[in-house]
Amino acid sequence: HGKIKRYQPKHQEQNCGEEFTDILEERRRTTDLGYALRTFNPQPYKGAPTLSTSDLNKAVLESQYLCYIIKEIAMETGSSVEKVKEDASRILKEMSHNLQLGFIRLMGYTLNKVFKRLYRSIYVNMEGLNMLQQAIQESPVILIPNHRSYVDFLIISYILFTYDIPVPVIAAGIHVAIIGGLLRRSGAFYIRRAIGSDKLYWAVLLEYVQTIVRTGYAPLEFYVEGFRSRTLKSLVPKLGMMDMVLEPYFKGEVFDITLVPISISYDRVLEESLLALELLGVPRPKESITGLFKASGVLQEDYGCMHVNFGRPLSARQLCEGKINWSEYNLIPRNLPQRPTAETQDCVNWLAHLIVRTQEEGSLISPWSLMACLLLQTPFTTLTEEGLQWHQLTEKTLWLRKLVLDFGARLNWPDSEVMSSTVALHHSIVHHKEDRIYLVQDEDPARQDPLSPEEGVMRMAVVVLMLVSYRNQALHVFVRPGILATVGLQILSLMNGHILFSCDPFFCSQMSSSDFEEACSLLQKCGAVHISQQEVIVLETGLEVLSFLQKLLQPFLDSYQLMFRYLCEKEDHVFTEEQFLPDVRNLATKLILSGDLCTFEVLSSDTQKNVLSALRRLEAVTKLRVSQQKEYKVNKAAVSRTGDILCKFICDIPVTIKFFLCVLRIIIYFTLLSLNILIIKCLYCG
Amino acid sequence: MKWNGWGYSDSKFLYNKKGQAEFTGKRYRLSGMIIPGLREWMESTFGANLQHKTPAAPILNSSAVQPPTLNEAFLKELKSTGIPFSHDAEDRVFRSHGHCLHEIFALREGKIGRVPDLVVWPNCHNDVVKIVELACKHNVCLMPYGGGTSVSSALECPPEETRSIVSLDTSQMNRILWIDEKNLTAHVEAGIVGQDLERLLNESGYCTGHEPDSMEFSSLGGWVATRASGMKKNIYGNIEDLVVHIKMVTPQGVIEKSCQGPRMSTGPDVHHFIMGSEGTLGVVTEVTMKIRPMPEYQKYGSVVFPNFEMGVACLREVARQRCAPASIRLMDNEQFKFGHALKPQVSSIFTSFLDGLKKFYITKFKGFDPNRLCVATLLFEGDREKVLQHEKQVYDIAAKFGGLAAGEDNGQRGYMLTFVIAYLRDLGMDYYVIGESFETSVPWDRVLDICRNVKARIVRECKDKGVQFPPLSTCRVTQTYDAGACVYFYFAFNYRGLSDPVHVYEQVEHAAREEILANGGSLSHHHGVGKLRKEWMRETISSVGMGMLKSVKDYVDPNNIFGNRNLL
Repeated sequence: HGKIKRYQPKHQEQNCGEEFTDILEERRRTTDLGYALRTFNPQPYKGAPTLSTSDLNKAVLESQYLCYIIKEIAMETGSSVEKVKEDASRILKEMSHNLQLGFIRLMGYTLNKVFKRLYRSIYVNMEGLNMLQQAIQESPVILIPNHRSYVDFLIISYILFTYDIPVPVIAAGIHVAIIGGLLRRSGAFYIRRAIGSDKLYWAVLLEYVQTIVRTGYAPLEFYVEGFRSRTLKSLVPKLGMMDMVLEPYFKGEVFDITLVPISISYDRVLEESLLALELLGVPRPKESITGLFKASGVLQEDYGCMHVNFGRPLSARQLCEGKINWSEYNLIPRNLPQRPTAETQDCVNWLAHLIVRTQEEGSLISPWSLMACLLLQTPFTTLTEEGLQWHQLTEKTLWLRKLVLDFGARLNWPDSEVMSSTVALHHSIVHHKEDRIYLVQDEDPARQDPLSPEEGVMRMAVVVLMLVSYRNQALHVFVRPGILATVGLQILSLMNGHILFSCDPFFCSQMSSSDFEEACSLLQKCGAVHISQQEVIVLETGLEVLSFLQKLLQPFLDSYQLMFRYLCEKEDHVFTEEQFLPDVRNLATKLILSGDLCTFEVLSSDTQKNVLSALRRLEAVTKLRVSQQKEYKVNKAAVSRTGDILCKFICDIPVTIKFFLCVLRIIIYFTLLSLNILIIKCLYCG
Repeated sequence: MKWNGWGYSDSKFLYNKKGQAEFTGKRYRLSGMIIPGLREWMESTFGANLQHKTPAAPILNSSAVQPPTLNEAFLKELKSTGIPFSHDAEDRVFRSHGHCLHEIFALREGKIGRVPDLVVWPNCHNDVVKIVELACKHNVCLMPYGGGTSVSSALECPPEETRSIVSLDTSQMNRILWIDEKNLTAHVEAGIVGQDLERLLNESGYCTGHEPDSMEFSSLGGWVATRASGMKKNIYGNIEDLVVHIKMVTPQGVIEKSCQGPRMSTGPDVHHFIMGSEGTLGVVTEVTMKIRPMPEYQKYGSVVFPNFEMGVACLREVARQRCAPASIRLMDNEQFKFGHALKPQVSSIFTSFLDGLKKFYITKFKGFDPNRLCVATLLFEGDREKVLQHEKQVYDIAAKFGGLAAGEDNGQRGYMLTFVIAYLRDLGMDYYVIGESFETSVPWDRVLDICRNVKARIVRECKDKGVQFPPLSTCRVTQTYDAGACVYFYFAFNYRGLSDPVHVYEQVEHAAREEILANGGSLSHHHGVGKLRKEWMRETISSVGMGMLKSVKDYVDPNNIFGNRNLL
């Protein structure tokens, strides 16, 4: 019960074993109009009636569940049932999609034009697509892609339209009117960002989503991460939608639900600089018509390839086997609202994490991500002034390529020329001059007076954070062995080479989770450690790997320390998020200028927010519910204790195994929170 | 009677020399007829083939039967009572099983497990009292045996039982002791089988109206012990509604009420300890049950619906209006096709022409999809005028759900098939096909879901377990109640290529039962628990409920004389 399923690393074939087809190739040979007007005759879920938008909305409004809730709300608020019903109807109008084949064709036509311009190729794994086609006929299908760019919002619909598979309805955040209307007709339905405790809204949404799932007339697409990831690494999954989507299965209203994780990977992300600016606190432009036109400037650029990898369809039934107590649903009429039990919530949570994990495994690591890892481990002065020697970078990249393959990741490595072509593709970040690689530092020609040092840091930070986001695309491959390596190296230096992670009960209960085992087995596979029945021995031959991994995670540790320091040194115990972010940024800028801090990542609001939420979970920081603004109260003693443990550890003070485990836990806890891994919960409970 | 299959020895399905299916004997309407569609249906549904036969062992090999463990002291005293008994191998084997698939399959292969060591035939209540006293005195295990139609492993001898097992066969206690026309009750010995009871009562112008599908062979005592349900319960009620008074012999003595008042408020009804006790507490010897004058008029009927969903909605509405006919059953599409395959050869061109016309009307004119439509069979009973009125009411409701009246013939054939369908399993087993039915009861709002999910689960499990051919997985709604319905599932598959087909079968049935429970269905509507479904009892009735039942057992039968180990 609630036990985390043992993760078994799969032996995945590399790129070569996988059949990816460039779907743009055929598009380039035929006319866009002919494509848009092609016959579209998909095979839906068996026995599913086609459901028009108005029928769907009618079914939702007339559902027993919604009627029940409406009556309840009318009773509670004292307003009339008709009034509440009107409200519900209004909410539904704001929410509902208006999928029309005509607009799908229009979308197909437009996207054809756009994609052909932006991308050299869009690779899709045909096997996954075939499995999807099969799955759609057998049970309701939920498509769960990752979200890394606005571009991918309709990519799934585009591909499914191309291959005669029913196009999905898509859960989206509220957008503005005109684009919103277009997307609505392409199958998007809208969910408010902050629903809070609006009971009626929740009820309408629940019934709407579940009616779609139950009838299965179209696949449902949503982002389990909730948002577009600004940092290009996966986010902690949101459970609300997952809960709603799975409930019809838990209640037995459908035999099974098929979950299809989809991994979309980019060589180059369209909004790379926008993302970096956003993370540095520059507000993002509103999604408007003007924004769209401005975006047309980006249409001139080359964005390389996109990979869309349709994962193996997962049966909710199989995954939930033995995890759900069905009888909880047997004693209450199914049209009444019912809070899921802790057991069910655990199961949904586990499933959501599994989906994210599968998305990660399905994504293709680009050579550029590997280079980004390496460039970020190169001293900044080298990158900005003398430049990094090309052959140094390529040799190391090839070394890293092997490591990544050993770790079982999918790599997008078409040919030997790929390294130079990828550097050319990313001319916005690096330039290649006289066999050396430099970070791009554009001088603004319009500007008269020289940049202030602070502005210089910010400029630099934009480029570095872009690099960071590309590194993040590969981070999931390294994070588990990385954590182990960070710890392992420290201990190695303490104990002359031979250390062991003894199998003490604490260790087993906390770390026997699959993540630890996976980390060990990966490190063993690449020859960095030796694992026997009882112990893990760090090998000297593995030092290169271990030090790479350690350096990879170092910026995280440095960032945490800085923020702990800020929190402990500030005078007040209460602070707001609005205050915290710029203050940390200023402190960091100062330290970077003085040379005391050598990572720019602490400037990212993402890192900052992660630390806040980690500290909140450790209860070193508590949220005060006093005003609209998010206010926090800090427990300095707790923060400095956490910091001390990290610091002592890093400063090579001899430690006991118990202490070491404690450190391990904290590091894992923090790193994992920001990197989104399953074991947080079990570690935290310990 | 067959020793290793269902029913009368003279009645069975077989393929004649021309390869046509035929039902032998003279007992049923279908007897002696050719069934032209059956072969094709079997071949296309199961991938069965007449070339691939799996014949049963023709006669019982007595040497395969373990010699009886006899309790000499018991035997000696038994002899002195003059009650007939036997330890002949055939008698013992015959009473060692019910009709679960695994039981019949083993018999067909000539495999015999633990069987009773002795069979006794008491002739009356007092004989039973003597037998139970002797059994208690000599610590002998007693297993009551009625009609032997159990499908819950209830008659299987517990292999761990080391005492001498005595099968107490009630078949000689088969008299109607009196009929009370003032109160409309009859006092009957519990060993009487259903068809005899009805026939004898009919002679006096009465009936009980209790007609379980097994009524040809099942006994009154068995009905009481398992909480049986009859096809016509809408008019006459289930066994618990029919019973007025019960006499049961237990190791603690005889239990019975002191009067025959139609309802009492005297604490929990002790009859409810007896009904459903499945032979774990004692032997039911005599029962007073309600009788009714025979109905003046009976009329069959049938309705075709465009799909199963509409059919269920119609049944639900009929239940809501409380106007269910004596029987109303809804078959799904697969069963509709199956029923079609069992049509006997038509005797005239005219009938076949009419059939064709009907089919044309329903599928082409009304646009019903032959792969989705389903049919409800109806039976009305009562005085003529009321029946016709009632019939109209039901057809009017059906029309609202797209139902089309499909004639009396289809209805009548549906009910006739109820009795011959059990013979069909034996034919299947001759050709690598094994199967069985199981039932549940479920609230109305879950009927469709449970039907869909359980059928799908069966298909998926078969695939997972390596069954080479797609299984037959079908269901029907056989009873309606105010708050729910009884649903029957039929499941069969071709086991060619499987090394242990019975095990596969059992795994699938187990999974199907899990699915039923997960979808809010009950553990059993009327088959009972026996030993087959024991594992789910605790979750079904809660630990406290188990404790209640256990404490009754501990008081009534502290030495576990009635040691069939059913239920708990």
